[in-house]
Amino acid sequence: MKNRLQVYLLRHVQVALASLGRLWRSPLASFMTAAVIGIALALPSGLYLLTGNLQRLSTYWDGNASISLFLKHDIGDAEARKLGGRLEGWPEIASVKLITADQALAEFRELSGFGDALDSLDENPLPAVLAVRPTADDAGAASRLLEKLRALDAVDIAQLDLQWVARFNAMVDLARRGILLIGLLLGLAVLLVVGNTIRLEIQNRRDEIEVTKLIGATDAFIRRPFLYTGLWYGLAGAVLAWLLVELAFWQLAGPVQQLAGLYQSHFGLAAFSFTDTLALAATGTALGLAGSWLAVGRHLGDIEPS
Amino acid sequence: MIRFDNVSKRYPGGKDALQGVSFHLPAGQMAFLTGHSGAGKSTLLKLVALIERSTRGQLFVDGENLSRVPRRRIPWLRRKIGIIFQNHQLLFDRTVFDNVALPLVIAGHRHQDIGRRVRAALDKVGLLDHERDLPITLSGGEQQRVGIARAVVNKPRLLLADEPTGNLDPDLSREIMQLFALFNQVGVTVLIASHDLDLISRMDYPRLVLEGGRIQAPDGLAVA
Repeated sequence: MKNRLQVYLLRHVQVALASLGRLWRSPLASFMTAAVIGIALALPSGLYLLTGNLQRLSTYWDGNASISLFLKHDIGDAEARKLGGRLEGWPEIASVKLITADQALAEFRELSGFGDALDSLDENPLPAVLAVRPTADDAGAASRLLEKLRALDAVDIAQLDLQWVARFNAMVDLARRGILLIGLLLGLAVLLVVGNTIRLEIQNRRDEIEVTKLIGATDAFIRRPFLYTGLWYGLAGAVLAWLLVELAFWQLAGPVQQLAGLYQSHFGLAAFSFTDTLALAATGTALGLAGSWLAVGRHLGDIEPS
Repeated sequence: MIRFDNVSKRYPGGKDALQGVSFHLPAGQMAFLTGHSGAGKSTLLKLVALIERSTRGQLFVDGENLSRVPRRRIPWLRRKIGIIFQNHQLLFDRTVFDNVALPLVIAGHRHQDIGRRVRAALDKVGLLDHERDLPITLSGGEQQRVGIARAVVNKPRLLLADEPTGNLDPDLSREIMQLFALFNQVGVTVLIASHDLDLISRMDYPRLVLEGGRIQAPDGLAVA
């Protein structure tokens, strides 16, 4: 029993290698088929990676979110400092920075160019501000903190400007949805490419199939080399897609870093992770196998010795 | 080994290839199947190998009623039969060794087993030193002997041959026929379709004569 299993597995390995060898013997034709599959796979996977990077970019901003607390006018600097000290003790707050009314005025005078107009005012119209940095990265925790701070007596206005991040994320989600659709269509294309290639292969080897049927080959035996051929096509296509995307990202890496540098960010493009790579290989292989299965199921039954 | 009971075969389109054929080829017997071309020789062999199905009557091979064999079991039935074709049906992109090994590969034999058996079969047909050659480099007679080696490598109990000497000169034809006689001597049942009456008449085996789809079975091959 164990022996039969060994023979069976060994036969599979042999057939797999034989199909690979057959592809290897006509390198140009094999490469072209694999390239079509590779391009079809590279497009959606590359776009998918790009949106993944965009999403990562938005979490960068999430982390920098800060809440501005505009204090009521009657709160003096000393009181504001005390409040800031108290808030720093909260676990959900990382740090608090006090901008006194005078500092705010000086900053405003410098940046706005309204210096003369401000001089004519009797008193400083600006309130003291506490800039609060939350500990948590996510927007949910930040807005919960916002509500809590807004309820404080000394706080006039509490502002968390994260709405645009939410909008940005919604757009990225929409783009992902679109890419998924493109991916489905191109996956179908891969299925058809492999199916058609295998169909031609079956026609080319018609005589061989007839002879092997005549000497007692089962359908499974005849099917096997074609299934492995489809599998290799899919895998080769996935490898090419991986290379294409890596190449494209490598091309983009420089400009992206330059752009990020202008924003004082260390953001860099991330290409395929290990699991991404595995997923791409598995998808390619599965599509190749499925495509050849379709072709084999449709065309092998038509060939009977006569 | 082969038993036909009133078997008829009508092809789509209405041509009657065989009509009410009855005969019995006992195990271990060798016989010739003769008749003009178009008399139904090939059709008869195709029915035995389940390449075609009979339209009427019953036929048994090795005790199995062929009309009850479902499609998915056909491969196992064919493995019990060695078939030799007029045009040898070799695979020209593989070596002689690989061609002969094919039935064993299909049946899932072990690697060491395959090498031993293929060489034994090639030895029997006198082609042991050609195992690495491609069939295209061999002469017609040698190609036919490769076909025979492939048919017997699995040690089938029944050999079918369809005009095995059709393209060969008389000397080579005699050699091939003697090869079949040799297999018959070790107990293999052999049925050879041939119209080479000259050659057949010099060999002492019973003949099934087909004419217009009907058969004249000689004594010993008639259905009891």
